[in-house]
Amino acid sequence: MRHHLILRVVSKLLIPFILLYALYVQFHGDYGPGGGFQAGVIFGAAFVLYALIYGVETAQKAFPASWLAILVPLGLLIFGGTGVASLLLGGTYLDYDVLAATPTGGQHLGIIVVEFGVGVTVTGVIIAIFFAYAGRTDDIQDDDW
Amino acid sequence: MQLLIDILSWGFILAGVFFVFTGTLGMLRLPDFYTRLHGAGITDTLGTELLLIAMMLQAGWSLVTVKLAMISLFIFFTSPTATHALANAANAVGLRPFGVPAKDLEPGKREKR
Repeated sequence: MRHHLILRVVSKLLIPFILLYALYVQFHGDYGPGGGFQAGVIFGAAFVLYALIYGVETAQKAFPASWLAILVPLGLLIFGGTGVASLLLGGTYLDYDVLAATPTGGQHLGIIVVEFGVGVTVTGVIIAIFFAYAGRTDDIQDDDW
Repeated sequence: MQLLIDILSWGFILAGVFFVFTGTLGMLRLPDFYTRLHGAGITDTLGTELLLIAMMLQAGWSLVTVKLAMISLFIFFTSPTATHALANAANAVGLRPFGVPAKDLEPGKREKR
């Protein structure tokens, strides 16, 4: 890893901001451009960048592959659970109006929870796809550069 | 005051456009990968920074200026890094620079760190 000195320094500088930006896109999504899909991709891309520069094994220490089997269905459960919760509260499936005291508050709460579910699943899927492909070959060693 | 800001930002916009145009011209006209990277990599960073400075002058003291400052900071770091990564990868797979004879690039002579 000595070879990639510039890439290591710059990525170490950038990755926290990429994660922060993903959270901004996620939770500001109902007021501005953004939402669960975009935030999930940005959040996953931060881990992909980390894995590209430090190697897949190091990245799997930071983000164990066993988490993926929990994260991907968890997001789907959050999405579907919101729909079922609004069914139980007397609305139709994914009818956000009944989730809070006022319809406007319910819309706010519902869209944030649903987008969070989407974000969790998309993050998991992006990282899972990358690990599945990148884990198939050995890392490029320093001597090969 | 507004006139001064307008003149300044016009100056920055024209300078930025000049650099981006030069980079594009280099991208189209230069002979090989390394020289094209040289043309586009340097001018792109400076041109974008100048355009962002012009936008910041137009936006005044507001949240937009802070966002533009963040964008320019990240471009300042990422754009040269991307150029470096591209050139490094091309060198690693043994792409020969334009006009350099093959015997000058024997594997033993290549710098290893």
